[in-house]
Amino acid sequence: MPHSDPPVAAEDDTAPESTARLEEDPAAAAASSSAEEEDVIMAEADGVQGVVEEHIPGAEPPSAQAQAGAEEADDDMVEITQEQRPGVKLEDLFDGEDSEDEEFPSSSNALKVEDQGAATADDAAAFELLRTYYQRCFPWRYMFQWLNHSPVPTNDFKHREFSLWLHNDAVMRYQSYMTSDLFRKDVLRLMPRRIEIGPVYTADPRDHKTFRNSTAFQALAKELCFDIDLTDYDDIRTCCDKANICHKCWRFITMAIKVLEAALREDFGFQHILWVFSGRRGVHAWVCDKKARTLDDQQRKAITGYLEVVTGGTQGGKKVNLRRPLHPHLSRSLDLLKDHFQQDVLEVQDPWRTAEKAEALLQQIPDPSLRAALRSKWEASPGRSSAAKWADIDALAQSGASSAALDPRDLLDAKQDVVLEHTYPRLDAKVTQQLKHLLKSPFVVHPGTGRVCVPIDRARLDAFDPLAVPTLQDLVREIDAWGGGGGGGGAEGVMADGGGLDVKPVQDWEKTSLKPYIEYFRSFVTALMKDEKEAAVKREREEEGVQVKVESLEF
Amino acid sequence: MNRIDAKRRNVLDHRKKQFADPSYKETHYPHRLNFYSTPPTADITLEQFEQWAIDRLRVLAELEACSFRNRTPAETAAHMKPLLDKYLPLDASSSGNSKLHAQRQKDHYSHFILRLAFASTEDLRRRFARVETMLFRLRFQTDDSRERAAFVRTLNLDWEPVPEEEKRALAPQLATTVGFGSGKRAQQVLDEDWCKVDWTRVPDLVRDRKVFLKGGKAYVPGREQQSMVLNTFTSRLERALELTARALPRLDEDDRLTPILNHLSKNFIAPDSSYNGSSAAIEGAEITARNIDNLSQHFPMCMAHLHRSLRRDAHLKHFGRLQYTLFLKGIGLNLEECLVFWRSSFSKITDDTFNKEYRYNVRHAYGDVGGDANRRSGGYSPYSCQKILTEHAPGPGDAHGCPYRHFSMENLATLLRASGVTDPKVLQGVMEDKESQKYHMACNRVFEHLHKAELKRAKDDGVMTAAQLETIVHPNEYFKRSYLLKHMGRQQQQGDVKMEG
Repeated sequence: MPHSDPPVAAEDDTAPESTARLEEDPAAAAASSSAEEEDVIMAEADGVQGVVEEHIPGAEPPSAQAQAGAEEADDDMVEITQEQRPGVKLEDLFDGEDSEDEEFPSSSNALKVEDQGAATADDAAAFELLRTYYQRCFPWRYMFQWLNHSPVPTNDFKHREFSLWLHNDAVMRYQSYMTSDLFRKDVLRLMPRRIEIGPVYTADPRDHKTFRNSTAFQALAKELCFDIDLTDYDDIRTCCDKANICHKCWRFITMAIKVLEAALREDFGFQHILWVFSGRRGVHAWVCDKKARTLDDQQRKAITGYLEVVTGGTQGGKKVNLRRPLHPHLSRSLDLLKDHFQQDVLEVQDPWRTAEKAEALLQQIPDPSLRAALRSKWEASPGRSSAAKWADIDALAQSGASSAALDPRDLLDAKQDVVLEHTYPRLDAKVTQQLKHLLKSPFVVHPGTGRVCVPIDRARLDAFDPLAVPTLQDLVREIDAWGGGGGGGGAEGVMADGGGLDVKPVQDWEKTSLKPYIEYFRSFVTALMKDEKEAAVKREREEEGVQVKVESLEF
Repeated sequence: MNRIDAKRRNVLDHRKKQFADPSYKETHYPHRLNFYSTPPTADITLEQFEQWAIDRLRVLAELEACSFRNRTPAETAAHMKPLLDKYLPLDASSSGNSKLHAQRQKDHYSHFILRLAFASTEDLRRRFARVETMLFRLRFQTDDSRERAAFVRTLNLDWEPVPEEEKRALAPQLATTVGFGSGKRAQQVLDEDWCKVDWTRVPDLVRDRKVFLKGGKAYVPGREQQSMVLNTFTSRLERALELTARALPRLDEDDRLTPILNHLSKNFIAPDSSYNGSSAAIEGAEITARNIDNLSQHFPMCMAHLHRSLRRDAHLKHFGRLQYTLFLKGIGLNLEECLVFWRSSFSKITDDTFNKEYRYNVRHAYGDVGGDANRRSGGYSPYSCQKILTEHAPGPGDAHGCPYRHFSMENLATLLRASGVTDPKVLQGVMEDKESQKYHMACNRVFEHLHKAELKRAKDDGVMTAAQLETIVHPNEYFKRSYLLKHMGRQQQQGDVKMEG
């Protein structure tokens, strides 16, 4: 069997439960989530809502062999569930009846409507892939430590909101978990195609209904988040548009990260900044410093205001309007972006090749006679490259084509504005501004592309290739291809108590190309926890008599 | 003798505090400004209680109105001066006025009375805190600089002065944040009083990039320290209002004060209060999904632009949809018609996508779904100009916002010409309004131009009262007035016929 051990052993404890309960929860979830007014906030989230349609092609196994493997896995499922039938509980039977009229692509449903065609089989296969991923690759332990900031479960984790997006488009808001293990179990039970992380509340989010109209249930803390999306660059990128990306336009993201990193570290003094590929066409940043987590909405708004440079809608005309002299943050950003502008914009994007686009550039030149001179020159040689056109501006200005009234300062300012318009990060401010805003968790699989939302190593930023990020299929194939005869259990949670073994068993994610990303994440989390611990110890010393227990337990 | 252990005694104390009789304390007012941290304890008459509160309310309402009309700080100060002198005079300590104590007492007491009146709901609390801050700012700016410095010192704000050495090292960066000309920059930087605070203390300065930031510390020049004082004022007031709200149910009261307080909070109605649905509906108008294209000639530019964008792209982004949906709701389009309207307008998408992604939001705006509070209050209120001007500035691809504010002049002129405003004089006027940030004026100017003939007739016939012709500060008011003016003749005729019959 190519699919060495479609985790039959590990499945034993979860499979019956999940196939049975899958049907009952989504309905409840749909009801509870649609009753929430906060849902409106999420309405604009980046194109996630159409994902069910996209899901099928995205999850298609890339090779015939894998296809066969997936189908076999499907067959295994039949066996498992049939074996389980005798021991099935009464409530499970009722649930089975309910599910008849639901178009819900759970594995058990797929069994019943098997003859409906290939689409359903693919669906089930995709579902199985996802299960394998959650079971064997998802870094549960580090996720827990990242959110909890300590080895022992604290309110940072226990009162944290998770929201799970199920396969029937229902969203379960206000989920929370006492331990990392319960979190893992619930995810395996519900198999969400997307997990979002919300704020830490003053109380357990599951109890939020009991706190209506009172100040007792409030968002306390969340990482300071940023969202950069390449669709916002559509008016200046020439290579792709909409949801498509390529290496050329990914450079915009690279420059954005550099600028934001500099501002967040040097100006605001933050240290723990995690950049995460959003799975398709952008990145998210999670600033995890304690100071950043406890910012209120007004302060978050202040940060976006400080960072925002490119403004105005499609009708706004000039998109960059800055006071002079430039604020130190802006002059530093310009320094960082200058080379990128030359290289990645002028050379690669060639934004003003067409006469129409060139006219837009001319509108930003402050002097009418210089504008006219440039226009006639460019009309004479159509197809002149953007780099040449950019150089023309200075050349003609110096040769005296501009009127005497033009202050060279004004021209420089206008040119700086153009550079910023074409390079400066464009943020989706709403994600940053609201403490309550949910954001997709790292290591979730993007349903459209099948790519894992991996963290980006700051030190190897320029080498990061969004098109080489492992997909779900890649990972499963890699585990199968691993010859090291790794531990039987496979699941990470099980590994921790395998104390009797001499050699540390190889965890499943270590067999895959996810390894460098998870290792980077681990080092990030370790550094964060170390800082938190030091702060806690310091606090403990200051507050006499109050005992804060800091011991490391294994989870 | 039995001694209660420390812990229990604390608990007793704490509980007793809530019901403790306030002990009388003579209050002195050494400064003109007041952070209102201690409540008043002396007796006043019921008449004073009401009168003082009303006087203060008058001032606050006028202040709020100024901000709605987009008055500049200088204009506001000029406008408020006579009112302040009349209702809430407050003189400097140096003036030697014999009424100094009485003035400050009235200021102190009226503030706390209004706190009681406006602590009940979050909406009122927020508005109260906002206008009180405006009043405080106004006074802070007009205060004598020496007295102001003395007052600030009493606040115990932990500011850390920037040492000379550091000042010198950072001079180039610091200079850019205060916008000094190129000349004697360095010297001016050194002359200024800089202080270092945690940046979270001055979010608005950070937002506008008016301070230099380094390692989480903001370097604030002396003249901007006002913003920090104001911030502290607001945050302390907000916290105090929360506490007041919690204490309110326990107000030990003999039904003399409650009616006054209720009355006060009801009168605190300003232009941005929710647009009343019933008064918005126009009799005889056919407000249906089909008829929107026809009605759009009466829309203000912001909505006309949204409508045009919608027709052009068969789509609007989130805030565009929200702004437009609420406006349509305001003109009397009911939920069913509104859903029909959006469904037919988004012609490029499937029913399934529409139901999944858009339907819920429209229903939510109408209060058809959502939390208890949303359903009870019938959804959101249509956005006022104030809200459109100040919140959710449009980003790339957005069509919402106020064209007078968020468009460049060229694009605005194009839009206006397309809507039939070609008179160069009007366009010139709009440009001037836009430059001086009087967006309302620009909008009203266009309205008056487009309805010149009707307005003249209305005035001649005396159909519209002066109140009906004052500045428009709500898009729905624009629509209503435009619709009524254009249909004035017809309605009157109908009326006449009826009378004859």
